[in-house]
This record gives sequence, structure tokens and C-alpha cells, in this order.
Amino acid sequence: MSTTEATVVTVRIPTPLRSATDGQSTVEVEGTTVDDALRALVDEYPDLADNLYNEDDELRQFVNVYVDDEDVRFGDGVNTKLESGSEISIVPSIAGG
Amino acid sequence: METTEPVLNDIRAHGADAYPEEGCGFLLGTVTDDGENRVVTARRATNRRSERRTRRYQLTAEDYREADQAAREQGLDVVGIYHSHPDHPARPSETDLEDATFPGFTYVIVSVHDGDPKNLTAWTLAPDRSEFQREEVALHALEAA
Repeated sequence: MSTTEATVVTVRIPTPLRSATDGQSTVEVEGTTVDDALRALVDEYPDLADNLYNEDDELRQFVNVYVDDEDVRFGDGVNTKLESGSEISIVPSIAGG
Repeated sequence: METTEPVLNDIRAHGADAYPEEGCGFLLGTVTDDGENRVVTARRATNRRSERRTRRYQLTAEDYREADQAAREQGLDVVGIYHSHPDHPARPSETDLEDATFPGFTYVIVSVHDGDPKNLTAWTLAPDRSEFQREEVALHALEAA
């Protein structure tokens, strides 16, 4: 048994982005913070990058991230700590004219 | 997108009911093997804009999560969004493009003139996010849906 167990979390992928994750609705990645986990996700599935991050390499404004039903904006944002088994959801907010 | 006439009529009816404000909601359905969105249900939502609802619409992340949950309970997914354009053509506005989310969603727009729903069109965001591209609306008979 390893002395440093990895923090493995599940990321729920919104329907339209599943074409970038080989059709998978959930993906397991390692990461101790939301930022770590999302960067690992994008490393594994690079086609997600432009849809999640803007030109300044920040999460796009309409991209909301939940960890186990909590919106991270009301906590520590992308620095929110993760535990093994946490579920991250990528949730768009929608607007237009 | 593929859908049925009753789904389109639900969207038109919401556009008329919301007039002169913009009505909006979610499209629930499945994705076919060749990547088409097949819309089974149009789910009404509340326009969350606090002002200028005649020209703008908004759906929160919580609204999306609710719709996603409802979809999953029916074995479906959120595959798109619809909204109305009161007294404005059924094509994406500059604001629609600025605020666009993910390519792969179907965006349905219905124009409503003097309270009567007119044209209904479907669009998808280009992969490079530069523009909305027109989607054909293929109608199926009810039993095939």
C-alpha cells in the first residue's frame, strides 16, 4: 500500500462536452483542489480547454463548479479542497438577449 | 435537432405566454449516435433577469441543476436551451453570441410578434465559438420520438 494515497474525484461532464470525453458522462481524475482536478481533466481531454477556460486561462464566466452540491463560488472557489470520492459538477449558467 | 411538433408548440406557447418578456427554458432529450440532439421535452423555466426581461433572459446554475435532475429522472439529458425574441427576428443576437455557453447545445429561438409566435429556428455554437450556425429542425411522428 502506498504511503501517499492519491485524491481521486469524479467529474460530471455536461452533455454537450461529452464529445470531448469519448462520450463519458463522468471522468475520474486526481487532484487535491478544484483547480488541480479541472487542470488534470483538461490535460486528459484537451478539447475541453477552450470551452472551460478563457484567453486569460481563467474559468469562463458562465462555468460554475459544484463540489458535492455546493457552489465553490460561495467557498474557496477553485482553491476549494477535495477529498477522495468528492463529486465535481460543471454547471453552465445561461444568458442571452 | 430532431423533435416533434408538440415540443415545438410548447416552445411557441411559452413564447406567447411570456410576451412581451422573453420566455426561456431547457430542452431535454438524448444525443443520437451521429451527434444530433433529439429533443423529447421542452421544460419551462423562469427568466431570472431582474430587469429588461423584454430584451434579455437568464437561467441560473441552480436552474440548470434542477433541469438536469429532472432530465436524469426521465432517462434524458439537458441537450439545449430555448428562448423567445419578442418583436425581434428568430436569429441569435450579439448578446446571444457573447453569452453563449457550450458548442453541442441546441439553442432554439422563437420570434413572437404582437403576442403571436412566428418563426422558430435552431442554432448551435461553432466549435471555435465565433458564430452560431443554423441547425435543421427534423420533425418525427409522435410514435417515433
